[in-house]
Amino acid sequence: MTQATAIFVNVGERTNVTGSARFKRLIMDGDYEAALDVARQQVESGAQIIDINMDEAMLDSEAAMVRFLNLIASEPDISRVPIMIDSSKWTVIEAGLKCVQGKAIVNSISLKEGEENFLHQAKLIKRYGAATVVMAFDEVGQADTEDRKFEICQRSYKLLTEEIGFPPEDIIFDPNIFAVATGIEEHNNYAVDFIQATRRIRKHLPHCHISGGLSNISFSFRGNDPVREAMHSVFLYHAIKAGMDMGIVNAGQLAVYDEIPKELKDAVEDVILNRNPDATDRLLELAPKYQGSGAEAVKENLEWRSLPVNKRLEHALVKGITDFIEEDTEEARLQAEKPLHVIEGPLMDGMNVVGDLFGEGKMFLPQVVKSARVMKKAVAYLNPYIEKEKSAGSSNGKILLATVKGDVHDIGKNIVGVVLQCNNFEIIDLGVMVPAAKILQVAKDENVDMIGLSGLITPSLDEMVHVAKEMERLDFDLPLLIGGATTSKAHTAVKIEQNYHGPVAYVPNASRAVGVCQKLISPEARPKFEAELSAEYEKVREQHARKQPRSKPITLEQARANAYAGDWDAYTPPVPAQLGVQAVSVDLATLRNYIDWTPFFLTWSLAGKYPRILEDDVVGEEAKQLFADANAMLDQVIASGELQAKGVMGIFPANRVEDDIEIYADETRQQVIKVAHHLRQQTEKPKGGNYCLSDYVAPKSSGKADYIGAFAVTGGIGEDELAQAYEKQGDDYNAIMAKAVADRLAEAFAEYLHERVRKEIWAYAADENLSNDDLIREKYQGIRPAPGYAACPEHTEKQAIWDLLDAEKHTGMKLTESYAMWPGASVSGWYFSHPDSRYFAVAQIQQDQLESYAQRKGWDLLEAEKWLGPNING
Amino acid sequence: MTQVTAKAALDAAAKQRILILDGAMGTMIQEYKLDEEAYRGERFADWHCDVKGNNDLLVLTQPKIIYDIHCAYLEAGADIIETNTFNATTISMADYDMQAITRDINVEAAKLARKACDEFNAKTPDKPRFVAGVLGPTNRTASISPDVNDPGKRNVTFDQLVEAYTEATHALMDGGSDLILIETIFDTLNAKAAAFAVEGVFEARGERLPVMISGTITDASGRTLSGQTAEAFYYSMRHINPFSFGLNCALGPDLLRQYVDEVGSVAETLVSAHPNAGLPNEFGEYDMGPEEMAAHIKEWAESGLVNIVGGCCGSTPAHIAAFVEVTQGIAPRKPVKPEVRMRLSGLEPFVL
Repeated sequence: MTQATAIFVNVGERTNVTGSARFKRLIMDGDYEAALDVARQQVESGAQIIDINMDEAMLDSEAAMVRFLNLIASEPDISRVPIMIDSSKWTVIEAGLKCVQGKAIVNSISLKEGEENFLHQAKLIKRYGAATVVMAFDEVGQADTEDRKFEICQRSYKLLTEEIGFPPEDIIFDPNIFAVATGIEEHNNYAVDFIQATRRIRKHLPHCHISGGLSNISFSFRGNDPVREAMHSVFLYHAIKAGMDMGIVNAGQLAVYDEIPKELKDAVEDVILNRNPDATDRLLELAPKYQGSGAEAVKENLEWRSLPVNKRLEHALVKGITDFIEEDTEEARLQAEKPLHVIEGPLMDGMNVVGDLFGEGKMFLPQVVKSARVMKKAVAYLNPYIEKEKSAGSSNGKILLATVKGDVHDIGKNIVGVVLQCNNFEIIDLGVMVPAAKILQVAKDENVDMIGLSGLITPSLDEMVHVAKEMERLDFDLPLLIGGATTSKAHTAVKIEQNYHGPVAYVPNASRAVGVCQKLISPEARPKFEAELSAEYEKVREQHARKQPRSKPITLEQARANAYAGDWDAYTPPVPAQLGVQAVSVDLATLRNYIDWTPFFLTWSLAGKYPRILEDDVVGEEAKQLFADANAMLDQVIASGELQAKGVMGIFPANRVEDDIEIYADETRQQVIKVAHHLRQQTEKPKGGNYCLSDYVAPKSSGKADYIGAFAVTGGIGEDELAQAYEKQGDDYNAIMAKAVADRLAEAFAEYLHERVRKEIWAYAADENLSNDDLIREKYQGIRPAPGYAACPEHTEKQAIWDLLDAEKHTGMKLTESYAMWPGASVSGWYFSHPDSRYFAVAQIQQDQLESYAQRKGWDLLEAEKWLGPNING
Repeated sequence: MTQVTAKAALDAAAKQRILILDGAMGTMIQEYKLDEEAYRGERFADWHCDVKGNNDLLVLTQPKIIYDIHCAYLEAGADIIETNTFNATTISMADYDMQAITRDINVEAAKLARKACDEFNAKTPDKPRFVAGVLGPTNRTASISPDVNDPGKRNVTFDQLVEAYTEATHALMDGGSDLILIETIFDTLNAKAAAFAVEGVFEARGERLPVMISGTITDASGRTLSGQTAEAFYYSMRHINPFSFGLNCALGPDLLRQYVDEVGSVAETLVSAHPNAGLPNEFGEYDMGPEEMAAHIKEWAESGLVNIVGGCCGSTPAHIAAFVEVTQGIAPRKPVKPEVRMRLSGLEPFVL
């Protein structure tokens, strides 16, 4: 027989958007291919069932579930195992059940909403041919005590088997695993409740199964993996004996029961089995001793100071502690034959440990950057002693990094630089706005091993293509690395790689950089890696060529005919309380309340929504630390005035003419001082759905007086100086932090100013009263789209804003030749007041609109193609 | 017979002996060498597209031929005959733009088979005959993409299949079927949709018929076209408590044997098999004669593998007569009683 029989089934949980940040990102980005790899890896590493969950507010969960299950069906390596369809929404579960040919498990149903609903769903599950998880949850709530758990399961069991003939062997009860040792006395017995309830359920309710999510049990020891792992292992040991036969268990988070040190095992067992009243206190006392990571415990515990100096250096590097680095470095120098040996010896050894931990996902990016700070301090201390024997040392290789011409954004590039330095690469960082000629000249002069290009705005993509072409023309062979927010594997494959014969690697984030560079630098690994890269890009190109537009293109004429059509007869645009340009100043203390923190964490490669991320199982501790550091930075810059925010805005009479907006000198509307040009969506849309921003302004022909606003704000006056000051001290962590904070302040400024515009300047929503959370969710009337982003993707339109507002004079903000804003922490855009105005993506446009736009802008076609590149040949 | 007595008679007969299913319909029709005009008959003389090859249409345009074939199988000794409705779903009939007459075809097909059975039941009341209303696989697959470049694509959804099968099932029951036979399943998801539809129809009508399930192992890989092993396929369909579970088509009895054996080792239901008369030769014809095929069937019967046997592509009334002869007096297979376990499946089975 081919069947596999198991005693305890481990359900794979990585294909769950609520449990895996990585999987969520892949699904949100539509990268289903990589998401399939996640599923495949799980099956390959032994998952006997895979749990699939697409419950995410920003996602069409039903569509995502269907798409993913359909794709899985074509992957025999994955679909050989049964699927667990996991959702809190019945519609998602049902959509999933319609896609699986095998016998699946539904996760989950319960009596939460009453018997009728419960039986209805169970009956359908039976008809679809699936088993089901039943939560110990009823109309009153989740079961916590042994009796409640058993009673709810018994009631569910009776209803299922007696009322609708549900096969008892296809019922899996989840009697709720809750955290123990929380310090709250009522929680102490939770594990015992689960285990005892499990025993009773298995005894009295024949053939059913017991499952649960294991990681909950140890929730109060977040950040202390050894203790958590011991708790998981001890809990499972007892729960399996009682009859638990299925679970969502991260195999990497499990200690071997027999290998847990006796002292720890006894303490954990006391907690799990609630064997004595001070069990929690005892485990808390013992926990730090087993703690592998976690800065807080370490700060207080100075035991490591008694270690030999090499170990102390390693400890300082891994923990990112600068307090003792100079005295330890001095001690090491005295012991070493040459000062350089300290770097090549203990310091590099320590950084290798950091690199390994990071590679294994045991350290997070902010920690690595802190390690680099320690390293730089130590090296800075040694430099005077190294003097002329300062030969290059034994670096892994030399890498030139630059943000390309026309672009000023460098946070990502700086992070990559730091991470590579941690891995013993020598970095030559040419900074921002670097022309191709300079990049290539320095690459030659310095004899670098590879070149890395970064950029954030879309015109930078073309500049990267230009650099690649120049490298080809000048007979370069060096590997070229491509990174930055708008870059992508597809762009690299289709536009860059084909222009350069040397290896080209797209590096999606800082943590990938190390692996890529190591492979490219190694003479043994490079040929194979190069071949893999070309094959991969070839595949991407094929896929790209095959990719059909999601919806059909239509002509500009058709698109205009299907424009958003406001009822202008019935609508009177609000008249602004204040017309004209005004400079805006605001102190940072005010702006700080408007900060949307979620993107800040993303900058540091920590994914998750603020404030929930602070409590996250995996990155919570690090997120808290980072948040604290950011607030310290804010306190400091508010006190010192090193960072300043400046802004300017204005509201002008305006009317729409075709797809453009005429902006007038005054209410007579005779003199046009500026024309804002906009693009229209040009694929097939529902009725009235081919949007163009101009549609939200009353057409000239309507005779209605309408208005448009413009703004430019920065939170980054002083950011470059501040960051440089930190860099000089070897403190990359705070250099990056300064820029990341400035970025947030600029966004906060935009949010703050928009609110003032709505409430007092344009004053069409004087009574608005929204929380910061509602502001972040844009629950207000009107929009503030920014040129260069989806709704108005063409960057040169910023010039119109600059001209209208005289922005440079008022704020010092400048535009580069690629129309990037300087300082980097800047936001500019338009204000629309219409209640129907909304954000959208222009996406693909066709040749006819390209020609029309060129003519309106007074460009030739070549110029138009250059600026609209991303919208004509995506 | 009422449905209740038909079910009781069927159960009784299945306990006593190996039941014989009829043989091929398609290859029998080919013998008549019908031309386009014959397919059209009077009713569809002016139909706007060619209909030659629409075998199911013949129940409306050449009912006599279909009736004669049914009678030939009953004469040969078949206990269960299958309605001529392999492609009679709105989904498959779209090929001929005949979605609108799908219901008529199913009703008439069931009536023809009913009429033939009733006639024989009157002649030999001690050997009751049964009409199996056939739900075919359709020409689309719910878990396989039609486009190699886009594996996530589907050209039919579960809901569309349920809708099509619901209409067909109602019509087959209206025409007087005794059983429902979901057959030649190469994509289990299609069959699950069929079963879902059938269950819905039973509930709506307040009456249930025995359901036979028969899948197709496409080649020596031992898997369905959609990739499941025979055992995994059984676990996917077991929830509808089928009257019988088995395999048909694609392979001859020699190659099909091991998979029938695999199904039999786990199925708590009756086991059926209706193999092809060997594999098609280079002219697309089936060469395995009645005696040769019957020898295999005899061995199956003696080994206790089956409860119901018949023929698929290439089999004839002569084959069926031979099956009746060789299975006479041999006890039917005894269903196994497996342990009560949760039996899940992906492409492969998983038991906890």
